[in-house]
Amino acid sequence: MMDWSIIIEKSILVVVLFGVSLAIAAYSTYAERKIAAFLQDRIGPDRAGPWGLLQPLADGGKMFFKEEIIPNASDKFLFILGPCIFMTTALMTSALIPWGKSMNIGGREISLQVANLNIGILYIFAIVSVGIYGIMIGGWASNNKFALLGAIRASSQMISYELAMGMAIIAILLTSNSLNIRDIVDQQEGFKWNVFYQPLGFLIFIICAFAECNRTPFDLPETETELVGGYHTEYSSMKLGLYLFAEYTNMFISSAVISCLYFGGYHFPGIDSLHLSQNVAALVSVAVLFSKTFFFILFFMWVRWTLPRFRYDQLMRLGWQVLLPLAIVNVLITGAWLTYFK
Amino acid sequence: MSQYLFFTLSILTIVSALYVVFSRNPMHSVLSLIFCFFTIAGHYVLLNAQFLAIVHIIVYAGAIMVLFLFTVMLLNLNKETEPHKTNWIKIAAVIAAGMLFLVLIASLKSTELGPFHLPYRSTIGFVQNIGIKLFTDYLLPFEVSSILFMSAMIGAVMLAKKEK
Repeated sequence: MMDWSIIIEKSILVVVLFGVSLAIAAYSTYAERKIAAFLQDRIGPDRAGPWGLLQPLADGGKMFFKEEIIPNASDKFLFILGPCIFMTTALMTSALIPWGKSMNIGGREISLQVANLNIGILYIFAIVSVGIYGIMIGGWASNNKFALLGAIRASSQMISYELAMGMAIIAILLTSNSLNIRDIVDQQEGFKWNVFYQPLGFLIFIICAFAECNRTPFDLPETETELVGGYHTEYSSMKLGLYLFAEYTNMFISSAVISCLYFGGYHFPGIDSLHLSQNVAALVSVAVLFSKTFFFILFFMWVRWTLPRFRYDQLMRLGWQVLLPLAIVNVLITGAWLTYFK
Repeated sequence: MSQYLFFTLSILTIVSALYVVFSRNPMHSVLSLIFCFFTIAGHYVLLNAQFLAIVHIIVYAGAIMVLFLFTVMLLNLNKETEPHKTNWIKIAAVIAAGMLFLVLIASLKSTELGPFHLPYRSTIGFVQNIGIKLFTDYLLPFEVSSILFMSAMIGAVMLAKKEK
C-alpha cells in the first residue's frame, strides 16, 4: 500500500499552493489598480482598510453577493462548465513548478514540488492548451454574438501563439537535454541563467505568454470598445469573478514558469556562500523564486498600462509571420551551436 | 488499485464514445469526444507512457478538437437546418459500417490475448527511450512522415490562399 505520509505531505503542499495562488491572484487585482493609478497619476483604491489593502476582499465579497443571472437561451450546463474549466486548469499548472529546494523536517526529505514528472514542461503546455476550452465553451454557451466572437478570438489567438511558444521552449530543451523543470532549473545554478544563452527565445516566450494570458496589448478577446465584454459578456456574479480570477492566476503561473525556464528559478548567485542550514536555504530559495515571479507580474501590469492594444490582423501577423519564423530560426541557431561548438 | 482505475477509465471511455455518436447536439458530441481523449490519455498513463499521454492531450484535445469546436460553433448547427437523409444513404451507411466492423473483428480474431512475454521495461514510455528509438530504428519512417505533414501543411496554405 502507499505511504500515507507522502499523501499527507503532498496534500498539505497542494492546499498551500491553492491558497497562495488564489491569494496572489486576489492581490494582483489590487496591485494592478494601484499600478494603473500610479502610472496615470491617480491614487487608486484607498477606501477599504489602510491604503485600500482590503479592497480584494471587498471585491470578492461583492462578487459573491451579486445576483446570479443565467441567460434563458443559453446552454445551462455548458454555461456553468466554462468558468469551472478555466479556473481548474489555471490552478492545475502550479503542480509541476519546483517552488524551492527540498526541506528536511524530522529526517524526512520534503520536496517543494507537488509532482516531479519527467515530462514536466509538456504537462504545463497541455494544461494551458486545455484551458482554451473554458473560454470557448463559456463564450459559445452564452448564446450571444459578442461572447462567441470573443471566444473565437481568444482561441485562435491562443492556438497561434502556442506554436511560437512551443518552438521557443524547444530551444531550451535542446540546451538542457531534459523536459523536467527541476532539471532545467538546477542546470542554471550559479548565474548560468538561460536568458543569457537564449535572449531571442526569451523574448518570443514572454510575448507569447502575454498573448496566452489574454493580456494587453493582446487582450482582443475582451475589447470593451468593440465586443462589450468579450467572451464573458453574459456572465455575472462569481462566475465572472472566476474568469477574471483565473486570468490573474494564469498570469502568476506564467510568471513563475518564465522565472523557472529563463531566470534560474529558485537559484540566486552567491546564495551557497552564505552556508545556510538546509531548511533556511529552502525558505530563502522559495523567497527568491517568488520575488522573481512578482517582478514578472509587475512587468505584465507595467506593459498593460503602457502599450495600446493591437488590431486583430496585426496580432495574427505578429504571431504567424514574425514570431514563428523567428522561433524556428532560434531553434536552428541553437541546434547549429550545439553541434559545432559543444 | 490500478485495476479499479482501469475499469473506471474504460467505462468512462466507452460511455463518452457512445455519447459522441448518440448525442443530438453536435457541440455536446464534440465535448464528449474531448472527454474520451482524456480518458484514453489516462490509459496511457496507466501503461507508464507519460509522454504519449501528454502528447495525445496536446495534439488531439489541445489542437485538433479546438478546430472541430470552431467549425461546429461557426456552422451554428441546429435541428431545423439539419439536412434530411434519404433511406438509400442510411442503408449504404449501415452496410459500410458493418463491413468496417467485420474487418475489425477479423483482424482482432487472430491476435493472441495471452500474457505478455516480452521483457517488460517500466521506463519504455519515457521521453529518452522513445526519442532514441525514433532516431535510430525508425529514423526513415519518422522523417518521411514529417515530410508528409509538411507537404500537407503547405498544400493547405496554397488552397486557402486567394488567387490574385
